[in-house]
Amino acid sequence: MNKRLSPRALAAISPLALLKGEPQADRVVPPTGFTARLTLFAAAAMTFLAVFALALSLATGRMAANWSQELARSSTLRISAPADQIAAQTEAALQVLATTRGVARARALTAEEQQGLLEPWFGPDLPVDSLPIPQLVEIVEDGEGYDAAGLRLRLQAEVPGAVLDDHARWRRPLVRAAERIRALGLLSLLLIGGVMAAMITLAANSALAANAQVIAVLRLVGARDEFIARAFVRRFTFRAFWGAALGMALGLAALLALPQAQAEGGFLTGLGLRGWHWIWPFVLPPVAAAVSFAATRAAARRMLGNLA
Amino acid sequence: MIELDNLAYSYGGGELLSDISLRLTPGSFHFLTGPSGAGKTTFLKLCYGALIPTAGQAVLFGQDVREMTRDDVATIRRRIGVVHQDCQFLDHLTVAENIALPLMVSGHDVEAEQQNLGELIAWCGLTHRAGALPPELSGGERQRAALARAVIMSPEVILADEPTGNVDWEMSQRLLALLVELNRMGKTVMIATHDLGLIRAAKSRVQARVLRIAKRRLQLAGADL
Repeated sequence: MNKRLSPRALAAISPLALLKGEPQADRVVPPTGFTARLTLFAAAAMTFLAVFALALSLATGRMAANWSQELARSSTLRISAPADQIAAQTEAALQVLATTRGVARARALTAEEQQGLLEPWFGPDLPVDSLPIPQLVEIVEDGEGYDAAGLRLRLQAEVPGAVLDDHARWRRPLVRAAERIRALGLLSLLLIGGVMAAMITLAANSALAANAQVIAVLRLVGARDEFIARAFVRRFTFRAFWGAALGMALGLAALLALPQAQAEGGFLTGLGLRGWHWIWPFVLPPVAAAVSFAATRAAARRMLGNLA
Repeated sequence: MIELDNLAYSYGGGELLSDISLRLTPGSFHFLTGPSGAGKTTFLKLCYGALIPTAGQAVLFGQDVREMTRDDVATIRRRIGVVHQDCQFLDHLTVAENIALPLMVSGHDVEAEQQNLGELIAWCGLTHRAGALPPELSGGERQRAALARAVIMSPEVILADEPTGNVDWEMSQRLLALLVELNRMGKTVMIATHDLGLIRAAKSRVQARVLRIAKRRLQLAGADL
């Protein structure tokens, strides 16, 4: 006999009906220690990995955003000249920049700002004034941007000591790489979800097959498919939820144990979560439960639909 | 309640049953007999919707089996109690819980039915075994537990497939007595058996009709049994 589940039966194994629960129904399925532990373990391991994939995606996304923002349309002019010519050359360079199409603003950095930039390398006590330090000029492009090659030629003629450092252009590949990593992180999340669904489907199938006699007895005494399916679906959903909660807790603990992000550490120490991003890992257990619910329900429907 | 009309059933190759017509009336008591492999179990399965006839019609409580959904079949099972020869239980639940299983799966409040459950278990003589697990039961106790489970929903029809197949004579008499008592309460009873002694023993206590499956057909057996 091959009959489909009625719409009513399907509605009854909806998530809401499931949460309302029917503790009696749970007892009819014998406790299966091994599958239960495997499901818990799979959910915990997958969620643990998902926490890192999530952290990686969020951190690289944040980095890509920071880099592109900071570096958006900015570049630096470095003027190295004998001490007595620096001021004149800086003045000349600013003149050139003021008349260059595509440059919105140009500003010579003050001595204090330059000292601030050098401080991490030389310490606060360095007598910057006594050193032949090049003058830096910050250039902000307008919407169209300037012609870097043309500007270099003009500077070469008028300010021989000036070097144009177009850092937006060398950091662009970094931003692109960060975006790629982010995409890979998101893909990993999807794959982790898929693998978890596959594992839970296998576990549910084996549980359903191992309990063929239970299902036959239940059918014989008048149990509807919804009742039987719910007994299995509830189990696997809760197992996946608690497994995922455990994996999430371990993942978060591992993230907390990472060194804090520091300016000196570069991007490697920035892999943790920041601010409201800490909410995201808490979304994982409900998602795992939903994945498990869908996978087990599909397995139960397939199996029961084929039974007499 | 159960109406079979020109019904036939065939497995892949050959026809097992053909041209079967029967109308079970409320309160009747039937024996179904015939050689092993004649199709007694198949016939009973057709009566409770576990199999769909390959030809003809089976109407259970006014519903054509072919038009029933799986849920309809499940609901019908609550009105037809079935006892199998190799009765199966949920081995991790106690005997009492197994007997109460039909209540549980149909959404009844098992707690509220505790008194009825206790009386039923006593009626079947299983009170001292109520807390045992099914694998610990003897053959006769299993059959009585299966019978108790089959009747707890107070079904209108009881179908028993070789209920005395695995038990000794004395136990088969006790089971028969329980089934006869159920029939006196107005239940329709059909027992498939090849034990002619059991049929003879029943004849003195109840007005039973004997059906025989032979050569794929269902015949009303003579009074010679």
